[in-house]
Amino acid sequence: MFSWDLLANAVVSGLLLGGFYAAVSLGISLIFGLLEIANIAQPAFVVLGAYAAYVLNNAYEVDPILTGLAFTPVFYVLGAVVYRVYYESFERRGDEALRGLVFFFGLLFILEVSLSLKFGVDYRLVQTAYTKTSIEFGGVGIAFRYLVPCVIGVAMTLALYLFLSRTFYGRAIRAVSQDQQALRLMGVNPIQIKTIAFGVGIAAASLAGALLICIAPVIPSTDRDYIGRMFAITVLGGMGSIGGTLVAGIILGVAESFMATFFGPSWSLAVSFGILLIALAVRPAGLFGR
Amino acid sequence: MARTVPALIVGLLVVAAGIGLVTLRVNPYLYFAGYVILQYVVIATAWNILGGYAGYVNFGTPAFFAMGAYTSVFLIQSTRAPLPVLILAGGLVSALLGLGIGYLTLRLRGVFFSIATLALSIVLQTMIMNWEYVGGSRGLSVIRPSGPPFGNYVMFLFTVMVTLAVIAVVTARFIERSWVGRGLAALRDNEEAAECMGVPTLRLKLFATTISGFLLGVAGAPFPYYVTFVEPNSAFNLDYAVNALAMPMIGGTTSWVGPVIGAVLLGSAQQLATVTISSEMNLFIVGIVLVAFVVLAPEGLLGLVRRLRGR
Repeated sequence: MFSWDLLANAVVSGLLLGGFYAAVSLGISLIFGLLEIANIAQPAFVVLGAYAAYVLNNAYEVDPILTGLAFTPVFYVLGAVVYRVYYESFERRGDEALRGLVFFFGLLFILEVSLSLKFGVDYRLVQTAYTKTSIEFGGVGIAFRYLVPCVIGVAMTLALYLFLSRTFYGRAIRAVSQDQQALRLMGVNPIQIKTIAFGVGIAAASLAGALLICIAPVIPSTDRDYIGRMFAITVLGGMGSIGGTLVAGIILGVAESFMATFFGPSWSLAVSFGILLIALAVRPAGLFGR
Repeated sequence: MARTVPALIVGLLVVAAGIGLVTLRVNPYLYFAGYVILQYVVIATAWNILGGYAGYVNFGTPAFFAMGAYTSVFLIQSTRAPLPVLILAGGLVSALLGLGIGYLTLRLRGVFFSIATLALSIVLQTMIMNWEYVGGSRGLSVIRPSGPPFGNYVMFLFTVMVTLAVIAVVTARFIERSWVGRGLAALRDNEEAAECMGVPTLRLKLFATTISGFLLGVAGAPFPYYVTFVEPNSAFNLDYAVNALAMPMIGGTTSWVGPVIGAVLLGSAQQLATVTISSEMNLFIVGIVLVAFVVLAPEGLLGLVRRLRGR
């Protein structure tokens, strides 16, 4: 039975989900898309951010998004340290491709297992005033727990876009992705710039994690669901294109929402990986690729 | 070629020793744990044919393993086929999957290939979860056939796995020493240069992905009879992907001995940790060991030994 209400609901919730997906993927868009570092541990950092938000919300009833913002400096330092280790062990020796990938895979696993050792495998969630309310527009319900992450996701995308196009360090990051040697000739240390970019990417995970736990309860292995989504969005949007990340996030969000509405939620995970496989096989440069 | 015959003889001796071990009837838990370690010998060796020799990092090990396991489940459900048929069929289905992955390497290299294999694993898991005939997401109980040829059924499976491990290792050793292995090493180091020198890179890659897939499927095929309850989350477990990477990395990826050493060491350590500490702690150890090795000893234990000898 086809119903317009159902369709409208699917489109709206897909759009809202898309804004959130963009927020989750910004970090990997920066780290993988621009720096071409295959940080598959990124979703584990997002889940780490979600747990930070959970701990403070559970103990002191702090707003999760506030926690996400407050933890960005901590995540930035964490990211900078991870990049330094990666640089010293792989990039400088010139075998980042194979072993670097394994390094990040190991990191993903360590983060995930550490979380399940500390918190167990129960679902964790946050309590806020807005996670339970929703508004309705002519038969289409909009839940605040989706609307708030979507708005913040779009804001994050805009902020990162402005950072990359207007500030000195942002332009330096784009320059390092184009020609590292030329940047060195301009008197800028590319390693320092990459450290900053990696730090910013991980810092974005802190906020994205807070959004994640607003939307749905989180377990340590939630990161696995997002590996495919993140990379699908980054590849589909075109490596390193920030605007493309938002567009691809929305495409994926709507596609998943349709799948969940018309075929059942158990199929929605296959959508992201299906899109990723198709994008990789048909057009690896993505929609807005260079 | 001349050195293949002694290798085969050594292999047969290992199988004989495995069967001998069964007749000793030591603590039954040892067979139970030994099966898992041997299964990892097969998985690590199979992974290494593609990852170590050809340099294509496969994160989709769970997909191949589970395809073997679920082919068995399907055949048990439909025809109650005997174990050798299950193993062969599981291997063939995974080999086909491997062939498909091989064609992916035409367009995808390095990181993109790895992510695509991971994607494949999750897509297949979603499909299995929605397929009620093989248990769906709830899983399915499998009844072991009555009357194994000798001992109890776990002992029988143990000897089956000894045989499979020997077959896998002998195959890997044969590939490594033949022109195929040299061709794979050439394309690992520089695919364009190898292609220019007349190495048939596509055919070699297809061969590597197919053989690797076949052996991973073979490792998974007896799994339903081993656990007697199959559900997607255990068959598609990410632990297989991590272990398949970690074991060759610890041992050393350039030689057939590496994955065997890695699988025996890490597999035994995990079994010990599971019994004495907790199963989550053992995964934590695997992660730490993997990262430590990849950062500090990128050539694995074999590389360390070689470096010590060199001095």
